[in-house]
Amino acid sequence: MAKVPGVRYVAKNMRVDLELIASMVAPGTRVLDIGCGDGALIEHLFRTKGCDARGIEIDMAVVTRAVAHGLPVMQGDADTDLSHYPDHAFDYVILSRTLQAVERPREVLRQMLRIGTRAIVSFPNFGHWSLRWQLLVTGRMPMTKTWARMWYETPNIHPCTIRDFFVLCQAEGYTVEQWLAADEAGHRAPWRRWPMLANLFGEQGLFLLRRSSGEEPPH
Amino acid sequence: MDITPLPEITHQSLRIRRPLPLDCGVVLDGVTIAYRTYGTLNAARSNAVLVCHALTGDQYVAETHPLTGKPGWWNRLVGSGLPLDTERYFVICANVLGGCMGSTGPRSPRDDSHAEPWGIDFPPITIQDMVRAQKMLIDELRIERLFAVIGGSMGGMQVLAWAALYPDAVFAALPIATAAYHSAQNIAFHEVGRQAILGDPDFREGRYWEQGVIPAQGLAVARMTAHITYLSEAALSRKFGRRIQGGSDVGGALFGERFAVESYLEHQGSSFVRRFDANSYLSITRAMDFFDLAADYGGSLAAAFRNTRTRFLLVSFSSDWLFPTAESRAIAHALNQVAANISFVEIVSDKGHDAFLLDEPDFSRTVAGFLAGSAVAAGI
Repeated sequence: MAKVPGVRYVAKNMRVDLELIASMVAPGTRVLDIGCGDGALIEHLFRTKGCDARGIEIDMAVVTRAVAHGLPVMQGDADTDLSHYPDHAFDYVILSRTLQAVERPREVLRQMLRIGTRAIVSFPNFGHWSLRWQLLVTGRMPMTKTWARMWYETPNIHPCTIRDFFVLCQAEGYTVEQWLAADEAGHRAPWRRWPMLANLFGEQGLFLLRRSSGEEPPH
Repeated sequence: MDITPLPEITHQSLRIRRPLPLDCGVVLDGVTIAYRTYGTLNAARSNAVLVCHALTGDQYVAETHPLTGKPGWWNRLVGSGLPLDTERYFVICANVLGGCMGSTGPRSPRDDSHAEPWGIDFPPITIQDMVRAQKMLIDELRIERLFAVIGGSMGGMQVLAWAALYPDAVFAALPIATAAYHSAQNIAFHEVGRQAILGDPDFREGRYWEQGVIPAQGLAVARMTAHITYLSEAALSRKFGRRIQGGSDVGGALFGERFAVESYLEHQGSSFVRRFDANSYLSITRAMDFFDLAADYGGSLAAAFRNTRTRFLLVSFSSDWLFPTAESRAIAHALNQVAANISFVEIVSDKGHDAFLLDEPDFSRTVAGFLAGSAVAAGI
């Protein structure tokens, strides 16, 4: 996959797509990272952008590691724990490569845009040509580096394509402020204007969403 | 079994100049708070950490106990190079109001003109009263804001009360293995212990000192009951199983053989009665039973923390059935409702409620990391 010049490499323990996400976040803002893992992104946002960044992570061992590293992370479940937060508690709510693994993706997105002014969502794109090709040729569920588990044991129970996500955003009335497709390593790919091509060649989709004006709940 | 009470000694203490109004309406004058400190208060007076002890704990958190000779109850956590690093933080631990290790409590004289102890007539106190007394101590020490308040079990209740009552005086709060209210089951266990004390013929309606006796049997049974709730089935099985250990001189053949767990509990009971006052035990268990933080805020725990800027670390232990993880999670959700800055972990351990006092490396690491991260945010 062609690499776009100008993409910066980051600390080796931070996934490159997290750097793409970080580039969408304004400095000094309040951020909630859902499925934050070891907290690499919240640490990055705190150190480089002075954000008040916090995390939720479902895996207790990973949470313990993050907290022991001094990061504000709580053990919790995106499907059940977002409803406790008040409206507009955050400027950004981030869901990085987790949407496909939650039980109710639409509800999680609604909660994200209730508690946050903006949502940043990244997910592996099930519309990528290699997946389509495998399904067409072998007639079996595709297996790739991203989709690496058998269908009966994958945690990724809600795969979607970049086009699917556009359709959902429209149905839910979300404004897509920014979007891009990237390869597995998180390098930005040049299909910015053509969702159909992005859906074919992008290994993951990254979206910056806002509630459409008029749907803003009262402060 | 030796149940002679340990000698009374003088504890480091401070007499509070202001009167202390209690939740029950009584105003206590001349309250004394016994306390210990470790480390050095920095010039900005910004590195103080208050440790709140549990039901039968005391201020000797990180040194050999002057009465029992046992190591400090949190000497794994508090000390040079440890998570509560005394090279970095000024650690304070005070005996709670109602206690029997030098702070004003049932064993204290009623007032300056009456040398007779309060005994059972000591006014009913609450967790919040304990915290108000601690706040007065902190004020006397001229500390405006505590960098952190930490405590487990009843100590955790105090941490929650601190964060609710004095949000601007607490930069970071660490309620460990605790709950925002005392459950019916926990009240029930306390009541068994209290009934054992009240039913002991040596209790003498709470005026046992007049006859020079203590309700040792009742207090020991109370301790034994409570101690079971601090452990777990797995921990008891691992430590004792069904092992037989010696015989008993009472009961003849029926108790000719004794289980190791029986001897252990008996030892826990008898060593406890030597150091703890029965009326204090009644007073403090009652304070825990009364604790229901949400009730003070119209039934909403979130309302107790409205607009809080305190950073929280909640820790629970997987085998703790006295203060189960669900209680910590309920606190976490209340804090979520006010968008508080919180960290929350459940430490995997089979040691039950007592785990917070024992060697749990993940727990130590979690506390150390949280405090280090908070210190960066606090600029100390």
